Amino acid sequence: MTGAYHDHSRARGNRPAAPATNTGPIDFGRRVAVLRLLGGRLSLRFDLRSLVTGVILLLSTAMIGAVSLASGKFPIPLADVFRALHGTAGDNIRMVVVEWRLPRLLLAFLLGAALGLSGAIFQSLTRNPLGSPDIIGFSAGTYTGALAVLLIFSGGYYETAAGALAGGIITAAAVYLLAYHGGAQSFRLIVVGIGISALLGALNAWMIRQADLQVAMSAAIWGAGSLNGLAFEQVWPVLLMLALIVPCLLILARPMRQLELGDDAAMSSGIHANRLRLMLMICGVALTAIVTAAAGPIAFVSLAAPQIARRVTRLAGVALIPSALVGGLLLTTADWAAQHAFGVQLPVGVMTVSIGGLYFLWLLLREARQ
Amino acid sequence: MTGGHDSAKGKLEAQGVTLRYDARTIAENLSVVIPDGSFTVIVGPNACGKSTLLRALSRLLVPSAGQVILDGKAIAGYPSKQVARTVGLLPQTSIAPDGITVADLVSRGRYPHQSFFRQWSQEDEVAVASAMAATQTTELSNRPVDELSGGQRQRVWVAMVLAQQTPILLLDEPTTFLDIAHQIELLNLCQDLNAAGRTIVAVLHDLNHACRYATNIIAMKDGTVIAEGPPAAIMTEKLVEDVFGLRCMIIEDPVSGTPLIVPKSGK
Ligand SMILES: Nc1ncnc2c1ncn2[C@@H]1O[C@H](COP(=O)(O)OP(=O)(O)OP(=O)(O)O)[C@@H](O)[C@H]1O
Ligand SMILES: [Mg+2]
Repeated sequence: MTGAYHDHSRARGNRPAAPATNTGPIDFGRRVAVLRLLGGRLSLRFDLRSLVTGVILLLSTAMIGAVSLASGKFPIPLADVFRALHGTAGDNIRMVVVEWRLPRLLLAFLLGAALGLSGAIFQSLTRNPLGSPDIIGFSAGTYTGALAVLLIFSGGYYETAAGALAGGIITAAAVYLLAYHGGAQSFRLIVVGIGISALLGALNAWMIRQADLQVAMSAAIWGAGSLNGLAFEQVWPVLLMLALIVPCLLILARPMRQLELGDDAAMSSGIHANRLRLMLMICGVALTAIVTAAAGPIAFVSLAAPQIARRVTRLAGVALIPSALVGGLLLTTADWAAQHAFGVQLPVGVMTVSIGGLYFLWLLLREARQ
Repeated sequence: MTGGHDSAKGKLEAQGVTLRYDARTIAENLSVVIPDGSFTVIVGPNACGKSTLLRALSRLLVPSAGQVILDGKAIAGYPSKQVARTVGLLPQTSIAPDGITVADLVSRGRYPHQSFFRQWSQEDEVAVASAMAATQTTELSNRPVDELSGGQRQRVWVAMVLAQQTPILLLDEPTTFLDIAHQIELLNLCQDLNAAGRTIVAVLHDLNHACRYATNIIAMKDGTVIAEGPPAAIMTEKLVEDVFGLRCMIIEDPVSGTPLIVPKSGK
């Protein structure tokens, strides 16, 4: 057929024709450690900076946690806090530390981590730091769903959570449908989401006004996003839901990273882009719903955590686990500050709104300048 | 087997496919055979459906009629990761996540070979290192992709699809952004890969490159194939005029002896 007319000889000499020889470790521009076990059946590549960052984040959270277990109306020395956690303290101290303060601390961490995860998922899907559930209306949607259940059926945690999930999914579907215009571009999605978010805010306010005073009062307090008065009864369902969702996310993390390369590249490496997006969205909305049902809508943690995580780990794209750890640290810190920094107990949602609002403004200005 | 095409044995072929985006039909009843072991180059004017055809051949776009056949079986019937281990695609545009380094991006090409438990095997490492060496991106390996020049970036994307180590490679305009030396370099690399047994399908805009490197050319216009075959056999002045509306003269390339297209000035 052909073949005779190529003049290979010239260029061939200075080209590495078959560079399969091992050229030493690959320089990733970051320190990595490789783990290979069981004759290669298990292999992992760790990013050392992320690993160290993760440990530091956990240690910081533990420190804030210890301080928040110690502080309150009955200050308890740190040594007694540890004894209480070991089960070797007196009954009174044990009750204050383990039964009053510990559940709140655990919830702050777990819910913060859930918010961080959910933010990371949506920021990865939209490839935009503004694309987080609290901005694009999904949080407001979960709140609407939860409010409806609370006001109309006066449901418990699971009913509220189901309502929140339904509200979130309906909102997500609505935002996507409205923003879809031959492929959902992230900017459209964000603008539509902000609009829907404002609409839902009005709807939520109206719903509260329609309810009778007592229910409305508690709904409004809850609506500010607060961990006040939470106990172990509220920890277990949250743990259970997270135990269902987090393993799914660990499996979805790798395809999610691949999807950040664009649909074409992701699909040509064997990913069902639309199916994956749907699964990630359900997980993300469910995580937001867990938080809304337990503590009301807590804004801005989802927005900020993934970006802070990105800056401290310097990883490409958004990473799930670092975002979760930053989210956990943010909410434990914010909750401690909300309880103790101003002499009065503020709902933690007020705290995150005021700090996060500044961050949001900065982010908007930066995006607008680009 | 799926009869119908006796002329050439194709590992990959499109049989009477209709390709559309929503209501817009790009190609109707289009049949294309990629001969096994060939270096096939697709040429044609902008918007004639070259990228769309590549997307269909790599299962990114599902034909609304007809089917794409891989190894004698409808491609839709394969597990998606298996397709990804057989057919690699360099899309015309891709997105690099902010701050990703070259080596990290090239490693992403290994995705179809990896699993939850096998995230970075010895083979992954060798494949990534040799893909970077082949595209001369090893020196760039620790640099963030967003700081590279357009041509360097293009070579990184090529490295990523090479790391996928597929027997069939679909390259959508692999030489865009490259200077003339790197264009030739890349085409030589494709030729080497082809000589080593891989089937290459590339969309190229430079007809002279196409004639020099291809063993098989597919000339497309408005979603149909106008001509198909070895460059020396099909590249005529009439074909160039029919496909591109350009009057030209065809002479023999003094270096390779392949057809050389020289456009005539004016209309
Ligand atoms: N995602 C899409 N949605 C709708 N129409 C599309 C889409 N992608 C391509 N098209 C249309 O399909 C037609 C063929 O596009 P295609 O990208 O296949 O052309 P091409 O031959 O690769 O052109 P080029 O040489 O410019 O890359 C064009 O008219 C284009 O506008
Ligand atoms: Mg194209």
